[in-house]
Amino acid sequence: MITVESLTRKYGDHVAVDNISFTARPGRVTGFLGPNGAGKSTTMRVMVGLTPPTSGSATIEGKRFVDLPNPGREVGVLLDASAQHAGRTGREILTIAAMTMGLPSSSVDRMLERVSLTPTEAGRRVRNYSLGMRQRLGIATALIGDPHVLILDEPANGLDPAGIRWMRDLLRGYANAGGTVLLSSHLLHEIEVIADDIVVIGNGRIVAQGTKDELLAAAGTVVRTAEPVALAEALTHGGVEFTTSDDGALRTAADPAHVGQLARDAGCALTELKSADGAGLEEMFLELTADTQREGAAA
Amino acid sequence: MTATTLAPAEGTTTPAIARRRSVSAGIPTRRLLKVELRKMFNTRSGMWLMCSIAALAVLATTAVMVFASDADLTYDNFASAIGFPMVVILPIIATLSVTSEWSQRSGLTTFTLVPHRGRVITAKLIVTVAVGVAAMVVSLGIGALGNLLGASIAGIDPVWDISASQMLTITLATVLNMLIGFMLGVLIRNSAGAIVAYFVYNFVLPPLSMLLATSQSWWRDLQPWMDFNFTQGFLFQGELTARQWSQLGVTGLVWLVVPLAIGLFLVRRSEVK
Repeated sequence: MITVESLTRKYGDHVAVDNISFTARPGRVTGFLGPNGAGKSTTMRVMVGLTPPTSGSATIEGKRFVDLPNPGREVGVLLDASAQHAGRTGREILTIAAMTMGLPSSSVDRMLERVSLTPTEAGRRVRNYSLGMRQRLGIATALIGDPHVLILDEPANGLDPAGIRWMRDLLRGYANAGGTVLLSSHLLHEIEVIADDIVVIGNGRIVAQGTKDELLAAAGTVVRTAEPVALAEALTHGGVEFTTSDDGALRTAADPAHVGQLARDAGCALTELKSADGAGLEEMFLELTADTQREGAAA
Repeated sequence: MTATTLAPAEGTTTPAIARRRSVSAGIPTRRLLKVELRKMFNTRSGMWLMCSIAALAVLATTAVMVFASDADLTYDNFASAIGFPMVVILPIIATLSVTSEWSQRSGLTTFTLVPHRGRVITAKLIVTVAVGVAAMVVSLGIGALGNLLGASIAGIDPVWDISASQMLTITLATVLNMLIGFMLGVLIRNSAGAIVAYFVYNFVLPPLSMLLATSQSWWRDLQPWMDFNFTQGFLFQGELTARQWSQLGVTGLVWLVVPLAIGLFLVRRSEVK
């Protein structure tokens, strides 16, 4: 379990991470979603002790990362797949990691196989690796200590579709076996497909968090009826705000059950009632981060 | 976490990873030393620097045998022929062992596997000193072989002109040189910058200081107390006087210990990006 409590990190006047709190629970994949520069990487760097927090804390099973006796055996970390010595072979990089953790050298071969790096590839220097291969090597370094917590920053970057599928299955397997998985991404689709819990961050603040189901439900309801005026009246009467789409459907932030009840009480027959999850997380994500995003309209 | 005892029948739903929560032992310093020693030489640059040391040592020994007059076939000449490439190149390896963590960004992994920079840097420092001593033992050993071989080819008695105390001071000089490389690495934390600084420090400033001393008498008087390279020279000239030791100490403090302390302070605070 990873617990982040009231974490703040400032660089001079710039607040990179602004008082965020969340937990990543065992047995679940937690997606850490946000646009570039939102503070995801800074938060993860604080978690693994590379950057001291200005205030607040991040703990693994209640312990600060720097207090873990042999962190590699408990927490698998991949922050940046490009941050590997270009003049070392992949095998050497993995060997050093295994040595540091006190693992036998046989674990290196097993792990190389697990991340599908061939012996020839492993014997090449990282300088000649594609981003996808570096990513596999980085994942190997994170997994080799057989940790129960994984902290991965943009692990799907540079992987081909088959690689992304492989990664997804791997993380799912880890969570199903009781591990805690925290992965960040600005790729909405990736998070939507794999995560159980989602934490959305924008400009250093958490803008939404919860289970994927909750967040999708919170995206609201789409409702249609042959009597739009009557329904609009019923919703207004029930204190539900809504908008009318061009196609005549009403959209609201309220959940479908509540909307259905109001419609029934008003005696208004519906032709359609559904959660507005068709558009997926992307709409929610863009909406939630619109006013904090760089590209956003004047905030 | 407390260990839970669950019946094997429940194994299908019991999270295997959560159950296997053995508290791992810490990382002993001996292991860190082994890892850091390996990291010094398992990069492409490390490997080539090692190869160049070996190649230069062979070249230098051969050159002494071929070109030196019989009178110059001495232990001192053989040992310095082999020692010189080491003294020039090993400090670069010491520098890179620190700077690569930043320039190559491998520190991101190093400092998360061992989230105590002080321990990692100390391990690097100990390895640096050990490599310096080992390099001297090797060059004195190979020098002895070269001396025996050279003397027997020339048909003369081998000349053993390095005393035991000289061996110690020469070794100290090598270690100091390694520490200079290390210090510049810690202080600058950028491979290219630190290597340039090393060459300026060791090969540009000393001749300038010498030049200044020949023309300016005030600098000639100050030099033994200001010029670290000058005082390191004492170590190659046999027994040091108490005054020379204190001059070495003062210059070493200013040019090595103080910047190293500043560097160590900065290393622990600097962000590994």
